[in-house]
Amino acid sequence: MHLTLEFGGGLELLCDSVKIHNVDVELKKGLEKLTMKDLLAWVRTNLIKERPEMFMKGDTVRPGVLVLVNDCDWELSGQLETTLQEKDVVVFISTLHGG
Amino acid sequence: MEEGNKIPKSASSRLCCRCNERKPALKRPKTLEQICRKCFYEVFEEEIHQVIVGNQLFKAGERVAIGASGGKDSTVLAYVMSELNRRHNYGLDLFLLSVDEGITGYRDDSLETVKRNEVQYGLPLKIVSYKELYGWTMDEIVKVIGLKNNCTFCGVFRRQALDRGAAYLKVDKLVTGHNADDIAETVLLNILRGDVARLSRCTSITTGEDGPIPRCKPFKYTYEKEIVIYPCSYCKNLNQNHTYAYFKKLDYFSTECIYSPNAYRGFAREFIKDLERIRPRAIVDIIKSGENFRISTSTKMPEQGTCERCGYISSQKWCKACVLLEGLNRGLPKLGIGRSRGLENGNGNRKDMEQNGDVRSIESKQCGSLDF
Repeated sequence: MHLTLEFGGGLELLCDSVKIHNVDVELKKGLEKLTMKDLLAWVRTNLIKERPEMFMKGDTVRPGVLVLVNDCDWELSGQLETTLQEKDVVVFISTLHGG
Repeated sequence: MEEGNKIPKSASSRLCCRCNERKPALKRPKTLEQICRKCFYEVFEEEIHQVIVGNQLFKAGERVAIGASGGKDSTVLAYVMSELNRRHNYGLDLFLLSVDEGITGYRDDSLETVKRNEVQYGLPLKIVSYKELYGWTMDEIVKVIGLKNNCTFCGVFRRQALDRGAAYLKVDKLVTGHNADDIAETVLLNILRGDVARLSRCTSITTGEDGPIPRCKPFKYTYEKEIVIYPCSYCKNLNQNHTYAYFKKLDYFSTECIYSPNAYRGFAREFIKDLERIRPRAIVDIIKSGENFRISTSTKMPEQGTCERCGYISSQKWCKACVLLEGLNRGLPKLGIGRSRGLENGNGNRKDMEQNGDVRSIESKQCGSLDF
């Protein structure tokens, strides 16, 4: 599944300072859907090059990281249970830095 | 509370609770309402306007400096202040005031952002530097004191630096971008440290009215999450069709200060973020608790006077900045930090020491004997 992932608020530093990633995520065998939960695990394995604890805590994002799926707060679509579709845009923004 | 499992991804079964026309883009932590982007912008700006008017933060004709670091809070603050000033005719003369602590790879980059903001918002900018004011950059200070307690130095120096910059600009007030999350963290931090004096002051929306320059925090009730979402624009969206894009993407700088990971405040921040996840209203509720604390009349509070060395406001003989500087210049980097022994000038007294949560002393204490 082709997705566009964006990292902001300093998170890009965990992915080689690249803000926008166009990725192709393989679905797990036998499954037709990709959930945010699956995507997060995929990101942690494939895109996060250092300090994964800055991005994730347990199964979900570290508190203080905002997630927008197609410009909408993921709290509206079920957080980890949000299902993704081809060409979706997922944005991760960290709020944990000085203002 | 979370009905997420039943709502299809497109959330078509719900519309914005305010306009009932558009698809919601955000769930507001303060109210748990689902709101579309346009309504969010309107509500966000209107609430700040009400905070400003309701707390009588400004008077027409005042010169106001906006403490600008180039980060998300101060950039949004500068934008919103200049927008509301125009829209509601506050009649204010606005300025941007920035502090250069001399942290290479962090501050030099964020200052570039403020210089762009100066152009983008048309607000005159003044930069004050630690090097000019104190003769030391943070990089030089860290070389001498190591990686613990940096934030103590920086915070103390920055406070004075802002006041000096504000005096130079001859402004009547200073505004900073401290948001609800910051203030809730500060309340907790002061409770954890037993800093009763600060606890009684830290939730005031305007502080320092009896000092050199009063400062206020228009974002006192604004959640950090909303400040971060506010500047995001629609432009990148591929699937949806929107007719407006009046909001330009705000330019801000976002990296953690390289010296911050050891700051004690980090613990309070983690805790607040975990709390927010479970019960988002906790943040404004902590602030409300803080506002309603009353200090027992039998508690001895420090009296405010002035520093003997520089004349700045201080509850001790010397202000904190002078104590710290003295330490740096005499090669005594621990002066004014944590517990010190054998000081001649009496500045290492208990009250002083209690105000610095020295992490090292927590680790070296036996269980049950913590008394910081």
